[in-house]
Amino acid sequence: MSETAMRIEVFKTYKLYVGGKFPRSESGRVYEVTDTKDQWLANAPLGTRKDTRDAVLAARAAVKGWSGTTAYNRGQVLYRVAEMLQGRREQFTAEVAAAEGLGAKKAAALVDAAIDRWVWYAGWTDKVAQIAGGANPVAGPFFNLSTPEPTGVVGVVAPRTGHGFSLLGLVSVVAPAIATGNTVVVAAAEQAPLPALSLGEVLATSDVPGGVVNLISGRTADIAPTLASHQDVNALDLAGAIDLEGPGAAAALEASAADTLKRVVRPAADPSAVDWTASPGTGRLLSFLETKTVWHPMGI
Amino acid sequence: MAKTDKKTAQPVQPAKPSGLFEYAPAPESPAAAGEIATSYGHFIGGRFVDSSGSEALKTVNPATEQVLAEFAQGTEEDVDRAVAAARKAFAGWSSLPGSERAKYLFRIARIVQERSRELAVLESIDNGKPIRETRDVDLPLVAAHFFYYAGWADKLDFAGFGPNPRPLGVAAQVIPWNFPLLMLAWKVAPALATGNTVVLKPAETTPLTALRFAEICRQAGLPDGVVNIVTGDGRTGAALTAHPDVNKVAFTGSTPVGRAIAKQIAGTRKKLSLELGGKAANIVFDDAPLDQAVEGIVNGIFFNQGHVCCAGSRLLVQESIQDELLDALKRRMGTLRVGDPLDKNTDIGAINSAAQLARITELAAAGEQEGAERWAPECELPGAGYWFRPTLFTGVSQAHRIAREEIFGPVLSVLTFRTPAEAVEKANNTPFGLSAGIWTEKGSRILWMANRLRAGVVWANTFNKFDPTSPFGGYKESGYGREGGRHGLEPYLNVEALDV
Amino acid sequence: MSTLAANAPGAPGGGLADVAASEATLRRFLHGLPGVDQVGLEARAATLGTRSIKTTAKAFAIDLAISMIDLTTLEGADTVGKVRSLCAKGLNPDPTDRTAPQVAAICVYPDMVETAKTALRGSDIQVASVATAFPSGRAGMPVKLADTAEAVAAGADEIDMVIDRGAFLSGRYLEVFEEIRAVKEACRRPDGSSAHLKVIFETGELQTYDNVRRASWLAMIAGADFIKTSTGKVAVNATPPVTLLMLEAVRDFRAATGTQVGVKPAGGIRTTKDAMKYLVMVNETLGDDWLSPHWFRFGASSLLNDLLMQRQKLRTGRYSGPDYVTVD
Repeated sequence: MSETAMRIEVFKTYKLYVGGKFPRSESGRVYEVTDTKDQWLANAPLGTRKDTRDAVLAARAAVKGWSGTTAYNRGQVLYRVAEMLQGRREQFTAEVAAAEGLGAKKAAALVDAAIDRWVWYAGWTDKVAQIAGGANPVAGPFFNLSTPEPTGVVGVVAPRTGHGFSLLGLVSVVAPAIATGNTVVVAAAEQAPLPALSLGEVLATSDVPGGVVNLISGRTADIAPTLASHQDVNALDLAGAIDLEGPGAAAALEASAADTLKRVVRPAADPSAVDWTASPGTGRLLSFLETKTVWHPMGI
Repeated sequence: MAKTDKKTAQPVQPAKPSGLFEYAPAPESPAAAGEIATSYGHFIGGRFVDSSGSEALKTVNPATEQVLAEFAQGTEEDVDRAVAAARKAFAGWSSLPGSERAKYLFRIARIVQERSRELAVLESIDNGKPIRETRDVDLPLVAAHFFYYAGWADKLDFAGFGPNPRPLGVAAQVIPWNFPLLMLAWKVAPALATGNTVVLKPAETTPLTALRFAEICRQAGLPDGVVNIVTGDGRTGAALTAHPDVNKVAFTGSTPVGRAIAKQIAGTRKKLSLELGGKAANIVFDDAPLDQAVEGIVNGIFFNQGHVCCAGSRLLVQESIQDELLDALKRRMGTLRVGDPLDKNTDIGAINSAAQLARITELAAAGEQEGAERWAPECELPGAGYWFRPTLFTGVSQAHRIAREEIFGPVLSVLTFRTPAEAVEKANNTPFGLSAGIWTEKGSRILWMANRLRAGVVWANTFNKFDPTSPFGGYKESGYGREGGRHGLEPYLNVEALDV
Repeated sequence: MSTLAANAPGAPGGGLADVAASEATLRRFLHGLPGVDQVGLEARAATLGTRSIKTTAKAFAIDLAISMIDLTTLEGADTVGKVRSLCAKGLNPDPTDRTAPQVAAICVYPDMVETAKTALRGSDIQVASVATAFPSGRAGMPVKLADTAEAVAAGADEIDMVIDRGAFLSGRYLEVFEEIRAVKEACRRPDGSSAHLKVIFETGELQTYDNVRRASWLAMIAGADFIKTSTGKVAVNATPPVTLLMLEAVRDFRAATGTQVGVKPAGGIRTTKDAMKYLVMVNETLGDDWLSPHWFRFGASSLLNDLLMQRQKLRTGRYSGPDYVTVD
């Protein structure tokens, strides 16, 4: 082989991530994903309502195991995600650069921030009960203790705008939900799903049990309403619900979620102004928790 | 096979794993401990340095009495150098973003996990504790501790100590020999997470894992001077805690030494936390889950050869079940396997030092002299090394020395009580207050008892459980300050109002 | 059986039959047993599971385990041919090594007892038969007793009965007690001797450890020769903690009554490593007195071949493979 011979690159087939496996969409359809300059990047699976339903099933099945594992173990798993992501930094830098129209350096900084965000939440798993729970000094001979417990299955409409939305934004909404023991079904950013679909590959190799995170690419207007109306979804993060009207609009989704009184995190007032590199605080971490208070008498 | 003779009368006797099924030796390889140098200096400013003095101490394998290595007796000058290195590193370390400090600690946690077998074997060799324990208890907890506090490093604003908790500065840390690496983790992890730098002195009988930890700090790329390790005996420790440029003193060890340190630093601005001795009551009611209570009693006093400050060294048993419980306890003690710490089937290893063995022997003799009845199972002890059979004293009263003084060995004193109130009274009737145990199936009684026990940790239907998220520390003369959990941050933080 | 004999120390039931004088006394007795702390029990079983059994100890334990196996086939598809080949396997587990011990028993459905008995003629291997509408136990008493009597008449040396878990869980202890007594009676042969009675609790259905301890005492008082964890037909079968608890029960029962009862974990024990853990539990809870096939059995099928492969490894130094043990 001569040194100048051209080598044909191997393209990656992007797939959904559901229940720890990588299925194609049941629709058998894909859609074109382009960079911000309309250059074709890849075909992404066009996930459907049925794919979303399958994902909810997988997420529900994973709740018992994931919420039942120790907080320490969950922390180790989330930290492992950071380690794996660190190892694929170059790949994600390229994907984020293409997704958000950024230079390599800025994209790399966003990937680094996404890695660090996993580390941040890895540290929260075994501390959230210590800031969100505690002993209550009730007036009487009772031991009284409040502890937070995960809500269950969280539907996530992944961020679609804001600096760093494609990977850092995604991590910033997925990690806090699973850190506390929830499982998630994510409607990936419709126009830029590739970092999300690749993140599935990282999760699959990071000791995250199958079904804890499920990633669906496709039309947000199909997937998000399915999640909002699904009776076996307990909460909804509408970070990326940026449609102003139609079934994918935040208000419509929130109204639909109200049927089963899902816990809802609304999108930012101006989603395009969100800077996902900003320190996340504890808002999302505490959003998908139920507080359980136990009373027990004290006596001989 | 003769299967028809089952009607043969079976004698009623306690079971013992005797004759038939003898476990063949299952020794862990000492070579797994990695290379042990013939002599060690201190770890100061990111590298190993010689002592300014010429005095060297020896650390021996207490199971064989063989010398493992020589190490430096730290001088005042050595201490001064170490504190200076820590001071120099403090500015940079404390001004690092918490998220970056966190990543160093996560790295340490991971390297400890990776090297856990090596560290477990080394710890077992230097300390005498069974490999099963270092492998299954010490090392997992060490890693978990670093992992837990790593996560706090960038979350201090959420820890409930006000809006701007700040590090104290240089922490002087002096640790004991009973859990050498675990006590290091309990000290170093929260100190570093909160932005302090440390000078740590390991015990003079168990310096090796701390010195090995220095290598881990280097592998983790920890900035020079953030962790400094100075070896030596009590003189070195006193020089360290007395050093005028340390801001924080943390000590785990005996109550007399803790008291001396508290006097020594009186009038300074040094913040002090002490984790000292104990004489815990393990209280068993007649409605206890008996088999598990027996396990809990055994674990409470014979875990780590009884070298545990929170050991359940006083068994308070309700009179109505005394005989039944003691029979079961003796039967269970008969199955304890005493011997080679590196054998994976050993339950009780070697006493850490000749001096400690002498103290245990002396106190046990005092128990007999004062009229308590001594019992120990038959078990063969190795010829060389320091050994003490698991021992039980019955007929003990609160006045006996073995009921009042910390023995720090595998010796259990059994007392009785009749009512919950009497149990509380006896349990609290000690200057110590580190831990207590309660065994009953009745939940409300557990909480009623726990409410009245003057002890920093109360275990119910379990004993000697540790977790990085759970605060540990004593009441009364068992010390003050807490290690572990959110509470374990406070001893390393300046939480006073900003002077602005 | 005279009253005297029934209450003598060493007699079946350990002379504790009085506690079953009424539903109330039986309930009081069973509920007066010490509670079981789940976490503590499971921790103890797990700790014993970390024992390292090597070289000579392993060789001893492997042979002991083989000799304790109730080699079992309990399938709807069982045939005479299948049972015969299983018997051949039990008689001669490793054709390449005649020093391999024989198993303790062959365990089959009642209609296969005769086949097994014939195949095993002249050997010490026992024939065990499940009975009493195994595995569910959902049949009337006449059916259960007939089931038992038929197996005994066909030559069964041992009967593995199931208790009525429904009755137990709804607190009808006396009913369960009497059922065991009746089956025990049905185990009698015309010559006055009796088939050995193993009582299966289906611990996976009893769910709590407190229930398992109560069931253990209930069965022992009723005259069980063996207490057995499971049928192997439900989701949760023998586990180390549940077996440890039953070992503690037979230990305490002998201390209280002088009567020794055997223990048989069944279902889910597939590897040599598993078997070692169980033997360690027996060793450290009960000691030598129970370390024989008279007093401890494994209800298993695939376990045997794994033991044989490990045995070959010890003998030859090479790891064996499934092609080098016989499949029957």
